[in-house]
Amino acid sequence: MKSKTAYLTPYFLWIALFVIAPMALILYQSFFSITGHFTFGNYEQYLSSGVYLKMTVNSIWYAFIITVLALLVSYPTAYLINHLKNKQLWLLLIILPTWINLLLKTYAFIGLFSQNGSINDFLRFVGLGSHQILFTDASFIFVATYIEIPFMILPIFNALDELNPSLVNASRDLGASAWQTFRRVIFPLTMPGVKAGVQAVFIPSLSLFMITRLIGGNRVITLGTAIEEHFLVTQNWGMGSTIGVILILAMFVVMFLTRDRKNKGGQIR
Amino acid sequence: MAGNVIEFRHISKSYDETQVLKQIDFEIEAGKFYTLLGPSGCGKTTILRMIAGFLQPTAGDILFEGQRVNDLPANRRQVNTVFQDYALFPHLNVAQNVAFGLEIKKVAKGQIAQKVEEALRLVQLSGYGNREISELSGGQKQRVAIARAIANEPKVLLLDEPLSALDHKLRKEMQSELRSLQRRLGITFIFVTHDQEEALAMSDQIFVMNAGKILQSGTPVDIYDEPINHFVADFIGESNIIPGKMKADYVVSFDGHEFDCVDAGMKQNEPVEVVIRPEDLDITAANTGQVNVTVDTQLFRGVDYQITAHDVNDNEWKINSIHKTTVGQLVGLAFDPEDIHVMRYGEDEATFDARLERYE
Ligand SMILES: Nc1ncnc2c1ncn2[C@@H]1O[C@H](COP(=O)(O)OP(=O)(O)OP(=O)(O)O)[C@@H](O)[C@H]1O
Ligand SMILES: [Mg+2]
Repeated sequence: MKSKTAYLTPYFLWIALFVIAPMALILYQSFFSITGHFTFGNYEQYLSSGVYLKMTVNSIWYAFIITVLALLVSYPTAYLINHLKNKQLWLLLIILPTWINLLLKTYAFIGLFSQNGSINDFLRFVGLGSHQILFTDASFIFVATYIEIPFMILPIFNALDELNPSLVNASRDLGASAWQTFRRVIFPLTMPGVKAGVQAVFIPSLSLFMITRLIGGNRVITLGTAIEEHFLVTQNWGMGSTIGVILILAMFVVMFLTRDRKNKGGQIR
Repeated sequence: MAGNVIEFRHISKSYDETQVLKQIDFEIEAGKFYTLLGPSGCGKTTILRMIAGFLQPTAGDILFEGQRVNDLPANRRQVNTVFQDYALFPHLNVAQNVAFGLEIKKVAKGQIAQKVEEALRLVQLSGYGNREISELSGGQKQRVAIARAIANEPKVLLLDEPLSALDHKLRKEMQSELRSLQRRLGITFIFVTHDQEEALAMSDQIFVMNAGKILQSGTPVDIYDEPINHFVADFIGESNIIPGKMKADYVVSFDGHEFDCVDAGMKQNEPVEVVIRPEDLDITAANTGQVNVTVDTQLFRGVDYQITAHDVNDNEWKINSIHKTTVGQLVGLAFDPEDIHVMRYGEDEATFDARLERYE
């Protein structure tokens, strides 16, 4: 018993220092005004000023779009890769971009999308003239989705990979077409992977900030942008923390919505 | 009900270099219990997968009720499978699993409920409809898999070693249950096993396979009493296999003596193998039987004693006897001409059948 406690101590310490303490600090900070006085004002302001609520709705909306698009791209991709011969290699190729720094990837897109970027060069070349691509909602959503896709593919791929192939055969054997098999067997059984993917994409998408500025040109203001603004520019840590608390709450809501509903072996072991 | 439900014509299957099925030909008649029997890796599952439609032959034709079905996808074949690992859908409960095929066929709701009930009753699982799959024992899962298949009223039911995961007692129980289920439903069963005892107990017809070929087909009694070659004799039941020579029709020599037998149609002095089943040997006093042997070991098995012995020519003999004997003692072995079965080297099934036809 004692040795077990000793063995677990580093993990408890880790969680206390790097998970609980920061959250407690954020919560604590959120009760202080910019002048350093204890107050509920930040929450009052958050709830009463339309700006913050609109920002929240905005964030959720964009995160939703990004998640849905990522899912639409990722599921077929994961399904396809799972049927390829060298599936692990293909998976690696898809995961590779996640090893490149986010900022670098973002700059690469600026290079592609800007007025003098490759895409506009091409459009001018084929006679379509140049277009404003950068600093639009579409480009923001595109880049954000691109960045999130590997995080969606990975859990879905794993779920598909774990799916017992004889279940698919059984379904065909019982008369189901390929599509019926997908709808009735494959998709329900890979739902845990989809949920994990949604968690991995939706929550980070709520607080995206760098891309909103560099690609979205600050036309898209999300909660992430607001936090960055408050901590780094206006130095209003209290308000920044309040939004942080809101984000943490949102995280719990998403986790709750995507939890394993009935724990009846949705996944095959 | 005459006619063949399924027919394989010169079927072979290769993966790259390796040929896993070689010129398989067989006919499956409606309403019978067939067993594919053979050692691991001989191609039994491959044959089932071809019948089910999960695998295409490299060459040859598969006929279903006279129609070529090589290119018919699995979901359009009137065949259902009980998979080796059951392959029950873990996200559905027992009733939903059984209803799966019926729902796909868009059978009316009320009728589905009734058919599910009926199928579950047939496998003695009435009242288990609302159970989750994870809450079932191995034997129950197996029954659900059978219920799910028979609910669709297939023409042919394929069963791939469905009993291999069960313990001895349950296995015996399920064997007789499956057999009586088949009789009641009148559906053709094609059952795969590598357990010869199971095959003998359950089947109308057995196909003995080895290395991608069907070596012999016939009723359990035919195959047990008249195995075509060393492999079949050895694989089906225990046997004493002794090299010998055919002296004339109905006379074979082995172990330094000539014996009367019931086999004929071979060349004079043709080298052959002689099979005598251990249970056909009776232990007598020394010099009163056909051969004298010295007892080496004796093992009590409940119903009988398993005895091993050797003769003067150092041939090993296996004897099953209900009477006890003494290790180290010289005893006689008595057997009748009918107990001797003579096998030729390298005889194929067609020649074997033709020869038996001629003198029987
Ligand atoms: N996809 C494949 N690629 C190459 N060889 C294969 C493939 N599938 C099966 N084989 C080979 O085909 C042969 C027959 O396999 P099969 O599964 O039919 O054997 P089996 O008789 O069912 O054996 P068991 O009793 O172990 O289930 C085996 O030697 C196997 O290695
Ligand atoms: Mg097999």
